[in-house]
Amino acid sequence: MTTSAPAQTDVSATRSRVPQYVMYGVGLAVLLAAPFFVYPLFLAKVLCYCLFACAFNLLLGSVGLLSFGHAAFFGSAAYVAGHALKEWGLPFELAALIGTGAAGLLGFVFGYVSIRRQGLYFAMITLALAQMVYFLAFQLPFTHAEDGLTAIPRGKVLGLFDLNDLYVLYYTTAAVFVAGYILISRITNSTFGQILKAIRENQPRMISLGYRVNTYKLVAFVLSAALAGLAGATKTMVVQLASTVDVHWATSGDVILMALLGGVGTLFGPVVGAGIVEMLQFYLADSGLPIQMVIGAIFIVCILVFRRGIVGELQRLRGG
Amino acid sequence: MADAPSLALRDLQAFYGDSHVLHGVSLDVSAGEVVTIIGRNGAGKTTTLRSIMGMVERRTGSIMVAGQEVIAAAPEKIARLGVGYVPEERGIYATLDVTENLMLPRRLNHRGMSLEAIYKLFPNLYERRHSQGTRLSGGEQQMLAVARVLRTGASLFLLDEPTEGLAPVIVQQIGAAIELMKSEGHTILLVEQNFRFAKKIADRHYVMERGRIIDMAPRADIERRDAQIQQYLGI
Amino acid sequence: MSMQVLFGQLLVGLINGSFYALLALGFAIIFGLLGIINVAQGTFYMIGAFSAWMLLNYAGIGYWPALVLSPLITALIGMAVERALISRIYKLDHIYGLLLTYGLMMFIMGTFIFFYATAGRPYPVPADLLGGYNLGFMFLPKYRAWVVVVSIALCVATWFVIEKTPVGRNLRAATENPMLTRAFGINVPALLTFGFGLGVALAGLAGVLAGPIYTVSPLMGGELVIVVFAIVVVGGMQSIFGAVVTGLSFGVLEGLTKVVYPKGSNLVIFIVMFIVLLVKPAGLFGQEK
Repeated sequence: MTTSAPAQTDVSATRSRVPQYVMYGVGLAVLLAAPFFVYPLFLAKVLCYCLFACAFNLLLGSVGLLSFGHAAFFGSAAYVAGHALKEWGLPFELAALIGTGAAGLLGFVFGYVSIRRQGLYFAMITLALAQMVYFLAFQLPFTHAEDGLTAIPRGKVLGLFDLNDLYVLYYTTAAVFVAGYILISRITNSTFGQILKAIRENQPRMISLGYRVNTYKLVAFVLSAALAGLAGATKTMVVQLASTVDVHWATSGDVILMALLGGVGTLFGPVVGAGIVEMLQFYLADSGLPIQMVIGAIFIVCILVFRRGIVGELQRLRGG
Repeated sequence: MADAPSLALRDLQAFYGDSHVLHGVSLDVSAGEVVTIIGRNGAGKTTTLRSIMGMVERRTGSIMVAGQEVIAAAPEKIARLGVGYVPEERGIYATLDVTENLMLPRRLNHRGMSLEAIYKLFPNLYERRHSQGTRLSGGEQQMLAVARVLRTGASLFLLDEPTEGLAPVIVQQIGAAIELMKSEGHTILLVEQNFRFAKKIADRHYVMERGRIIDMAPRADIERRDAQIQQYLGI
Repeated sequence: MSMQVLFGQLLVGLINGSFYALLALGFAIIFGLLGIINVAQGTFYMIGAFSAWMLLNYAGIGYWPALVLSPLITALIGMAVERALISRIYKLDHIYGLLLTYGLMMFIMGTFIFFYATAGRPYPVPADLLGGYNLGFMFLPKYRAWVVVVSIALCVATWFVIEKTPVGRNLRAATENPMLTRAFGINVPALLTFGFGLGVALAGLAGVLAGPIYTVSPLMGGELVIVVFAIVVVGGMQSIFGAVVTGLSFGVLEGLTKVVYPKGSNLVIFIVMFIVLLVKPAGLFGQEK
């Protein structure tokens, strides 16, 4: 069962009045200037979740597969990278690489069994598999159960710059985010991405045309998992912590909300959604309001009346 | 109410998504009549019946059943006005046995046939009454599809290709059932590709092509216009 | 490994399995009829337990009336939710149904947390069911035996309603072909509401049964529904039999694993699911279209 959520739009569509590269130029400028206006550590953390949401949306927007257990990839990479940073003393680039690789590997294993079922079954299976990872996080020795991995050192990036300098931290994270975003954008607009879209629209037809749809879906799954892992590894470096929260089902739910709120059918939507959800969590932390109530309410409202999400609605208003 | 037509369609338009299937269908069926809609495949005959039954998403125009406007009504409401529907695909439930299939349609009044009378009319169904619905042969399933609406006490019957793909012996049985319904004064709107069968039982024939009614022929004219009708049917 | 420990854990497994079966049964009914994955199934379990607690602590109404009242309350809440929210999205891809019920779960859980915090509240075992039987190889608490018996009886009763009564016949017909069933004069939308109410009532009943065993808290049922997912993936959602048998088996499997390899007891269900997916992707009992 493929979703009928709007497919990711071609970023290079020339119908928009303001050229894409101007929009991206503005975005880049904002990205570069931001740490001078907002606390860089908070921004860096948000960017990690932005990347996480974009990675998740690669699967949902392009292929139409809703993974309900993406926290497994985010969190396992967080643990692996954290371990690499803390116990093995590796530099950030290597730790991030290893974390990404671990997430990709997990993505391959999980994807291999999940891809066989469609739509709703797929979502249920991913959640159940992620739950396994959650339980493992309490039991494996290197994850330190409820305590998690704490006081993870940041080390240096490229052997030169000290990541404890918040500006270095921020710009490194921003670089990771931008690289990830560009990669996702390229994948979405490539031939591979078009094939994924075609599979999502009419899988039986693609099968009859000779495409090995399961292979394509699996590759997309692994890419999505690996990039989610990259986000998780980077997050670990930023907040110096990896814990069971990172692999909890609520985190999987959060990233779905980020994509939904921002706009599943868009590339930039998840970034907006992640920003909003992270800000919400920050501001609600001290209020008496349980975050579940707010998240739940937003979910319900979005599903009922706001399915295109913020960026999706903006695009529609622009006639895009 | 005796003079008002049992069924009256005026300028019925129907859409499946963006596809405009019916382009203004108008027809009347008076109480006690047997009327057929004939035409080639894809003419919109099934869509017309489904529209009357309220099973098509978008429909505009007017559909009057027993004097009531039902263009926007839900299928269950239309059924409860006394309409019995026998779909083209027969619609026999796999998760129900034969008896349950028979008992499913809501009984509207006591004028419908009793279970005993139905089993007398269709002895095969009695024999297979505990079988799973879809284990029946095509002919038996068709009998079941007709039988179950006989039980409800409906007075207007919509039959979609009741003889399609059936052996002549079964076709005869179906014909006999329809004759019985006619003799009881029920109103029947029949979609049929098999014109030889339709000729024998119908009072009037509407010819449909590409979502429109293009002609109507009463029983008396059939012999005279046989060649023209064959042309309509593309035979 | 002593007999006591083994049978003790088997009993715990059977009890958990009973809850799994009841929840999975309700879940399967809802999915079959509405096509909706009710992620909030565990939340209705919590509502059942909480309403029993509320009946006792606010109205002095005890366990036995609560066994009937709580599922009723749960059903009413469920039907209201179906009418107000869920029915609006039937026309959409069913993935939205999953997301909607997830949002519902979060919202309801959050609301209860707001009013009652997360700490568990005790609910007493009814006086008539205190004590137990000494069977020699184990001690069988009355209440726990009661839970297993009632759960299985409920599953059988549900099977009976669905397979042998007119309402059940209509439910099955509406599950197979909703549009045609409407053409036969059956009010399918009302049937859907009823079906949802029935599905969550089963969860609510499990909640009442669970009250005296596990403490009553807004966090109840959160993880439970993930096990339900594993059950329906393995057991298939096409048959009541599949859901119930798989649910009970999983409970027992968990219990056994706790004896043999405690660390694996959380994981064993999911590992089984993983293996079944590798070997028989369509599930053990099901044929997926």
